[in-house]
Amino acid sequence: MNAPFQPDVTSLDRLKVGTKASIASVDWASLEESEACRLRHFGFDEGVTVEPLHLGPFGRDPIAVRVGRMTVAIRRRHAGAIHVQPIQ
Amino acid sequence: MNPLPLVAVAGSPNAGKSALFNALTGARQKVGNYPGVTVERHSGRLTLADGRPVELVDLPGAYSLEPASPDEAVTRDVLLGKQQGERQPDALVIVLDASNLDNHLRFALQLIELGLPTVVALNMVDLARRDGLELDSQILSKKLGVPVVETVAVRRRGIAELQSALDDMLSAPVCGVQERAKTDLIHLQRRAREIATAAVVSETPVRRWTHRLDSILLHPVLGPVILAVIMFVMFQAVFAWSETPVSWIEEGVASLGAAASNALPSGHLRSLVVDGAIAGVGAVVTFLPQILILFFFILLLEGTGYMVRAAFLMDRLMHGVGLSGRAFIPLLSSFACAVPGIMATRTIDDPKDRLTTILIAPLMTCSARLPVYTLIIAAFIPNTRLSWGVGLQGVVMFGLYITGILGALLAALVLRRGVLKGSGSGFMMELPKYQWPPLKDVALGILQRVEIFLKRAGTIILGTTVILWALASFPQAKPGESQIEASIAGKIASGIEVVVKPIGFNRDISLALLPAMAAREVAVSAIATVYSIDSSDEQAATLKLEDRLKGRWSLATALAFLAWFVFAPQCISTIAVTRRETNGWKWPLFMVSYLFVLAYAAAGATYWTAVALGL
Repeated sequence: MNAPFQPDVTSLDRLKVGTKASIASVDWASLEESEACRLRHFGFDEGVTVEPLHLGPFGRDPIAVRVGRMTVAIRRRHAGAIHVQPIQ
Repeated sequence: MNPLPLVAVAGSPNAGKSALFNALTGARQKVGNYPGVTVERHSGRLTLADGRPVELVDLPGAYSLEPASPDEAVTRDVLLGKQQGERQPDALVIVLDASNLDNHLRFALQLIELGLPTVVALNMVDLARRDGLELDSQILSKKLGVPVVETVAVRRRGIAELQSALDDMLSAPVCGVQERAKTDLIHLQRRAREIATAAVVSETPVRRWTHRLDSILLHPVLGPVILAVIMFVMFQAVFAWSETPVSWIEEGVASLGAAASNALPSGHLRSLVVDGAIAGVGAVVTFLPQILILFFFILLLEGTGYMVRAAFLMDRLMHGVGLSGRAFIPLLSSFACAVPGIMATRTIDDPKDRLTTILIAPLMTCSARLPVYTLIIAAFIPNTRLSWGVGLQGVVMFGLYITGILGALLAALVLRRGVLKGSGSGFMMELPKYQWPPLKDVALGILQRVEIFLKRAGTIILGTTVILWALASFPQAKPGESQIEASIAGKIASGIEVVVKPIGFNRDISLALLPAMAAREVAVSAIATVYSIDSSDEQAATLKLEDRLKGRWSLATALAFLAWFVFAPQCISTIAVTRRETNGWKWPLFMVSYLFVLAYAAAGATYWTAVALGL
């Protein structure tokens, strides 16, 4: 897997609000099984387009992310496990 | 006798499943429980065009047949015919959110694979259209191989068409249910996306309503301010809107008492009916308007989709004390009643998160405390208007709510550092689209709550007030002796009094504490009963309860009593539901002890501070 070595690949928690990005890879191993399962249920997967929409008022956590046609709130920690490539 | 055909309504959370279920069954619903698990079972009846009745069951929302919570496990087990106490459904109604097809179709594909006769309700097509999305239900139907009906459940649109599709389906011969083919999640997801894309006729990118609203409601500064305002308005409304209906009920109870007094001969029976039953239950029913208003707000917040936003805003703070934003909803529901609140913790996946939420839920000021707060505040806090039309009484009430919340957060923090150490599972939640809930559904929800409350007033509360009346009336006092001192209740209260005297509690309070264990609001009727028996002269009997309290309690005692009720676990139902939800006596007993200790400390601190300040 060479995705993490591309220069513009970042993690979802570092993506600016309103920036669309494509999921390059998800570090499933760093997540607990139930967390990984939920993320998959919400449609987080490689190649899917995501866009952070809103940040929580305290510590900018959680993050409301658009994934597909859904808006899902996830914590910063989980967003960190999702590597994305911004779409120009 | 052949059981009625069973039709299950299944779908992902936020697909409008319950609204569709309500639209199909109307108010003819039964709310029960699946045996062995703590998941609610909602069922109702539907009559087909040819007059055949069908039983409809509303399955808990799920994202897939691989469960991530106990609710989802029930959904899977019912669908596979493995759920104890439920027969396998004869047919399925799958509810899909039209604007979220690529996600919801994955679960739908899994369900269709089961091979049951199935109809798909393509729900909330109006919201999809509002967002510029046009779908072709014909194509969707062809791709899925099952009939698809467009619906807008909250507006009752497409319901007749859905019924006739069910009609056709249940008339056709049924083939056996297939063994579930194990299509893997990734493959299903890919197919779901393909079908979703194929079904789209046109998509106009528009600035979505929900997004626009969220920019305001989830704004880092405005969001929390709006949340605080909404909560404040909610609690002011509970006070202000209820004033008039409360006075009507009070008048009604008073005239009922007078009528009964005239109709019955003087003696024990009259005393039982007038002083026991009517005075006791009447005092509690008086608070029905407030409970109605609170539930109205909670159901409205839930129905509009704002409740989840509140969870989003609060998550970080909840996280700070070791909870998740998911706990916010059960805790907010606990403002109405800890029992449904504790039951709502089932949506929290992490067991420690859930247990912590259960243990602190009773600290949220439930509606049963309102009667107690209302009475004491009305008696001891002057109804002064502060600026901007805000009353001092409302501010004190708000303060009591805040005290409960702070106490709960502190308790969670301590619990998470101590007995329930460990990391939480985090917070992942869908933010559904905003929509206006059908007032019919809100009304139905309120009615179900009213029924529960009145049943409680009718049984537990009537029972305890009558027992208290008996304890307070026997043995009868000799001439010149106070009735309450001579009675059995007086003797029991003497024991309690020794313990609570240091925190400023008097004899009346000692008398009220024991029956208040049945339900907090009984404290009010207990005090009412005690005073109506104790007041021998006619003039005192016509005084309002508040005015009688004013003469007998000091302000310090009243404030200590309020502090006590913020923390005290004075509710058998809560203890019972905690036992049930935690499967044993360990946690309910823990809960009761820590809350009593807190209550005692808080009341004591309040009393001695007030005395020191010369109040």
